[in-house]
This record gives sequence, C-alpha cells and structure tokens, in this order.
Amino acid sequence: MILLKLLFKNAFRHKLRTSLTVLGITIAILAFGMLRTVVGAWYAGVEASSSTRLITRNAVSLVFFLPLSYKEKILQVPGVKEVGYSYWFGGVYISEKNFFPSFATEAKAALDLFPEFVLPESEKNAFLRDRKSAVVGRKTAKRFGWKKGDIVTLKGTIFPGNWEFVIRGIYRGAQKSTDETQFIFHWNYLNESLKKTAPYRADKVGWFLVGVKSPNVAADVAVAIDKMFKNSLAETITETEKAFQLSFISMTEAIVVVIQLVSIIVIIIIMVVMANTMAMTVRERTGEYAIMKTLGFGGWHMAGLIFGESLVIATLGSLLGIAFTFPAAKAFGDSLSQFFPVFVVSERTIYKDMAAGFIVAVVAAVFPIWRAIKLKVADGLRSIG
Amino acid sequence: MAIPVFYSFRNLWTRKLTTVLTAAGMALVVFVFASVMMLAEGLRKTLIETGSYDNVVVIRKASQSEMQSGVDRTQASIVEAEPEIAIGDAGKPFLSKELVVIINLPKRGSDKPSNITIRGIGEFSLALRPQVKLMEGRMPRSGSSEIIAGESVAKRFRGAGIGEKIRFAMRDWSVVGIFDAGKTGYSSEIWGDVDQLMQAFRRPAYSSVLFKLRDSSEFQKIKERIEGDPRLTLEAKRETKYYEDQSEMMAKFLRILGISLTIIFSLGAMIGAMITMYAAVANRTAEIGTLRALGFQRRNILAAFLIESMLLGLSGGLIGLLFASFMQFITISTVNWQTFSELAFSFTLTSEIVIISLIFSLVMGFVGGVLPAVRASRMNIVEALRAT
Repeated sequence: MILLKLLFKNAFRHKLRTSLTVLGITIAILAFGMLRTVVGAWYAGVEASSSTRLITRNAVSLVFFLPLSYKEKILQVPGVKEVGYSYWFGGVYISEKNFFPSFATEAKAALDLFPEFVLPESEKNAFLRDRKSAVVGRKTAKRFGWKKGDIVTLKGTIFPGNWEFVIRGIYRGAQKSTDETQFIFHWNYLNESLKKTAPYRADKVGWFLVGVKSPNVAADVAVAIDKMFKNSLAETITETEKAFQLSFISMTEAIVVVIQLVSIIVIIIIMVVMANTMAMTVRERTGEYAIMKTLGFGGWHMAGLIFGESLVIATLGSLLGIAFTFPAAKAFGDSLSQFFPVFVVSERTIYKDMAAGFIVAVVAAVFPIWRAIKLKVADGLRSIG
Repeated sequence: MAIPVFYSFRNLWTRKLTTVLTAAGMALVVFVFASVMMLAEGLRKTLIETGSYDNVVVIRKASQSEMQSGVDRTQASIVEAEPEIAIGDAGKPFLSKELVVIINLPKRGSDKPSNITIRGIGEFSLALRPQVKLMEGRMPRSGSSEIIAGESVAKRFRGAGIGEKIRFAMRDWSVVGIFDAGKTGYSSEIWGDVDQLMQAFRRPAYSSVLFKLRDSSEFQKIKERIEGDPRLTLEAKRETKYYEDQSEMMAKFLRILGISLTIIFSLGAMIGAMITMYAAVANRTAEIGTLRALGFQRRNILAAFLIESMLLGLSGGLIGLLFASFMQFITISTVNWQTFSELAFSFTLTSEIVIISLIFSLVMGFVGGVLPAVRASRMNIVEALRAT
C-alpha cells in the first residue's frame, strides 16, 4: 500500500505534466479502440453469418443472374432444407447519400432463413399478404422517420423507374451484430413489373440462399450444387455465407490493412510522448536516485519505482480512454450507419486497449530505468538536473 | 533586442533525447497527415486522368455507373445520329458503343479471386482515350476471341499476360496485347471486341455510349436533346464528371478518415510538445531570470520559446515528409464500392501537400509551445533568479 502511495505521489509531483501525459494516453487509447472497432465493423457481416446458410451465385460474378428454374433443382439436393432467392435492388431514397442495402427477395423463405431478423407475428403476416409491402430494419426506419403503413418510393438504379412500397414491418436484430439497416421487399413485385418492361430480365435471381439441415453437410451440398450446373449456360459457385462475406472484405483488404497500421502508429506516437515524460522525470530526479543508492537501495529498487510510476500513468490514461470509447463509438456509429451498419465495441477491443496501455508503460520505462541503474553515485550527486 | 534564434536551436541540441522523442512524435503525425493527403490526391489524379473533358458518356438514367446501365441497340443508334458528335476516320461518327461487365478472376500467386472489369470496345474506343496506349502486341481483331489486358491486370491476374489464355463466359480468350493506361482506371481492365463479348455474356444491350464532342461548348445542347428525347431513357455526362461521381463515396471516406486521424494524432503530438516545452521552461527558470535581468523584454522571451517550439515542429515535419515521400512507391488497389470494380491508385506528393504539411507541423509546434512560452515570459525576475 505504501509503495502504491509513493508511486502516486511521485507520478503527480508534476501535476501539469502528468495530467497532460494522461490526457495524451487517453486520446491515444480512445483512437486505438475506435480504429479497432472500425476494423471489427468491417468484419461484422462475417461475424453475423450462419454456418447453415449457403449462397449460390453465378460463377462469372455477382452481376450476372441465375434462372429461377434452378430453385427446384437445388431443392432436390440431399441435405437442403429450404431455398430462397434474392436480387440486389440498389434502390435510392431521394438522394444517393441516403444509402441503405435494399433486396428483392422471396419473402417467406427469407424470413425462415434469417431467424435473426426479429419481426412480430402480426407484421410478418401483413408483409407476406401484401405484394407491394416491404420490411425495413430498425436503424434505417429511425433514420428516415418511417412508420408502419408509410409509403416509400425508391428510385431503381439497376431496375429503372420509381418503385413504391408500403412499410409493413420494422425488424430488430436478435444479436448485436445483426445488420439493422436492410430494406427487404417481394421479389414477385419486381418480377411482375420486369415481365412487362424488360422481359429478358424477368424470372431471374441474383443469388440463391440455401438453408442446409446441419453445418456438417454444408460442404457436400455446395459441391453437389455446383456439379449439377457444371457446363450449363449459368455455372454456379456455392459457398458458405461466411466465405461469401469474406470475399467482399478481401477486395477491400488494403483499406483494412491501412487502418490496422494507423492504429499501431497512434500507439507508437503516444509511446514516444510517454517515454519523453519518463525520461524527463528521471533526469530531474538524478540527484535523488544517487542519494537512494548511497543509502543502499539497489538498482532494481529504482527500476521498480520508475516502472511502477510509468504503469500508474499509463493505467490511468488507458482506463479513461476505454471509458470514453463507448460514448464515442455510439456517436460515431449513429452518424456513419450507412458505412457501418453494425458498430459495437467488442470485448476483444477492450483487452487490446489494455495490452496497448501496458506495452506503452513498459517501453516508456525501459530507457529511463537503464539510465537510473547505470547511474554512478558521484555523478548523480553532482548533477543539477 | 531579440534573443538570437541560435539560442533556441542550442537549447534543443542540449536536450537531445527529449528533442528527438518529441520530434519523432510530430514526425509520425506529419507522416500520417501527408500520407492521407497523398492518397486523396492520388485518387483525384487517377480520376482526372481517366476522363477527358470533351468526351461524353451516355448511360441509362439513374444508373450511376456503366456497370448498372443498359443501352439497347436502337437507342444507341439514335444517339449515334446526333449532329454534335465529332467525325472520326472515314467519315464515321467518333463514337463507340461499349459493354462493361465484371467478372471474378483469380490473382497470380495467391489464387484469391478479385473483381475485374471487362470492356467490349468498338473501332474508336482506343482513339477516344488518348491516355491509353498499346505497349506490346496488337489490338484484338474484331470478330475473334482475342483480348488485350491493362498492364496492372497482366501483372496481377493469372493468365492475363501476353500469349496466355483466360477462360470466362464459356470461351477461351487469348491475350494478344498489353496496354498502358498510366495511372488511370483503365489499367485495371480487360478489353475485347464488343460484339463477341455481348454474344459470350448473352447481353442484348450495350452498357454505355462514349463519344467526343465536335465542339466542347455544345455539351449542354446535346445533353438536353438526349435527355428530352422520349425514345431514349438515357442521360449524358461529361466523362470527367462521370468518373468524379463514381468515386464520390471513396473520396468521402478518405476525407473523413484523413480529418479524424489528423485531429486525433495532432492532439497527441501537441500534448507531447507541450510537455517538452513546459519542462524546458521549468528547467531554465534561473536562465530566464538572468535574461530578463540583462534587459530582454517579456516578448523576446516569448518569441524565443515559441521559435524553439516551432523549430521542434518543423524538424518533425521535415522528417515526416521525408518518410512520406517514400510512400510514392506504393500503389493501393481496392474495390470501389460504387462500381464494384478494382480501383488502383498510388500516393502522390505535390508541392502543395509539402507546404501544407510544413505549415501544419509549424502550427503544431506553435500550439504546443504557446502556453509554456507565455508562462516563461510572465515570470517574475527576482523569483526566477532565486530559483535553483
């Protein structure tokens, strides 16, 4: 206890300098935590994916379609429980700035395959009964102030024209990591209208969602589906939802790497600032250390004192930084929900924050400790700081 | 009389460790600041060079990009007949009807698939883009399964080198040429005969029509005519504007990233500078008292410490810029979310960025040093002289 008191007294001998250092560490840990959360948000889709869902898409690339007739064939593959299908609609609400993902989907299968989209039974039925209706995530509904029964018009970017929808339900995510920004409506609505305006695009889907009976058969099912359509006009690639999401992320890998790099740089910067503080502290106390050495305290005693002081400052800063991360993440996530539908500070980020704080404390103390240990008593006594 | 700058310089020199640490912190901040600006500049440069001002892109209304667009043959012919289009070789309109699709191809080495843009080209496609040059081999013959690949595609994707074959759309396509498109977006594309590609991909419609204006000032006229024609559901954009719109989201992302990083990082570095300068003032109390006693004014002291702090900032800035300039060798390739295709751009250093970064580092030094300098200048002479 006495030791801790001594460390605190030492640390706050220069109130201003220590407060500034603590503030610096707080900012750095806050920034580090936020950047890590951004990386986490990048992978949110992967975290949320289920191992019993497969995605079958055109082998050429996502912009090519698959014929609807594949649905019945896929259903015949042993191990397949349910098949749904979707189109990326890419609708624009008023202005392109108001981005949110919009899908045309086979409603019943979609609701069955995505149990994490929680929808009251009454809203579910209302949605299924009305072909012109749509279901929207809580976050998007809140963003535009949509309520049940509202009529929303989206401008199609891939499917030309203005499309009108009636909001019949607002879903919540079952988990924190569930995307609450999606806009889902009936594939039939889109298809009926395509039959009239662009017949060659009708009866096609962007991808099939395949629900399998258990995760163990997923790999076999995927191979079986792809084999079935080999050498046809539209060959397929079937992968787990996780692999599908990962393939998106691997395309923007460069950005993730940059953010990770930057999060390390911020820690290095604060390490330098902290090391500077400790170096100054030790230089000022050279005389004291010499006296302590004369009294018989060993070099390791001093090492303990310096390291302890460094640790006290770093811990204070880290704790403050972690505490501020939560409100900051909330504000950031709310204002940027179009880029990051899911923005939550994970437990892992907190541990990494703590580890970073500890490393800063250790590195900052190394050089001053080495100086204090090497100190010759006579030189130390002579020094005037 | 002012205190010589040399005094400030020598002060920094005496406390080497502290100076180096503080300057290193600032150098890192300037490095990040300059890098992000260089990245944004690189993106801008890529986009500007990709489009030319006199060219007009015609795509389907509200479709945002060529990839989402569709222009059927009848509509394309109507556009072709517009009088504002420049005349090319043999009296044909200087126009090309193109197809743009995206496919997945595995990269060399890692085998990881990435998206790549395939462009079906016509007779004038190359001539309409003076920034694209054939480096090796020859142009694909029309009516054959031949393609040419952009330099960065040839290097990074499997089977895309000259003389090699790529399989897509149920055909083998032989690469007969490599084109160099500088830093433009085209260097991440593969080009082939438009009619062959439309057949292979079973697409009944073109994606876009690109033409050069007879007279640059006639843009408004033809834009109004195309967009007002009831037979057409198209919109016309200048090529430069078209590419700018496409990477709006990426540019916005870089801007937000840059601003937030700079603010956070510079706060850290300024705190570092402040700590150093406060210590410098505290250590030199007696010295300051002596200077005052010798007759130097308060403002001289203030200036001396501010200069010291700004020198610190400047040296950090110079080191940071030195390292940032090495970033120019790095090219970033990522997927543009809006078009879903590969976009490669490199860090670009301009004299403007150099100047802004140096000013930024001076400002950091100034802000970090101002409070300590004020404290130094307001010291009481007698008390300061008495301090040990």
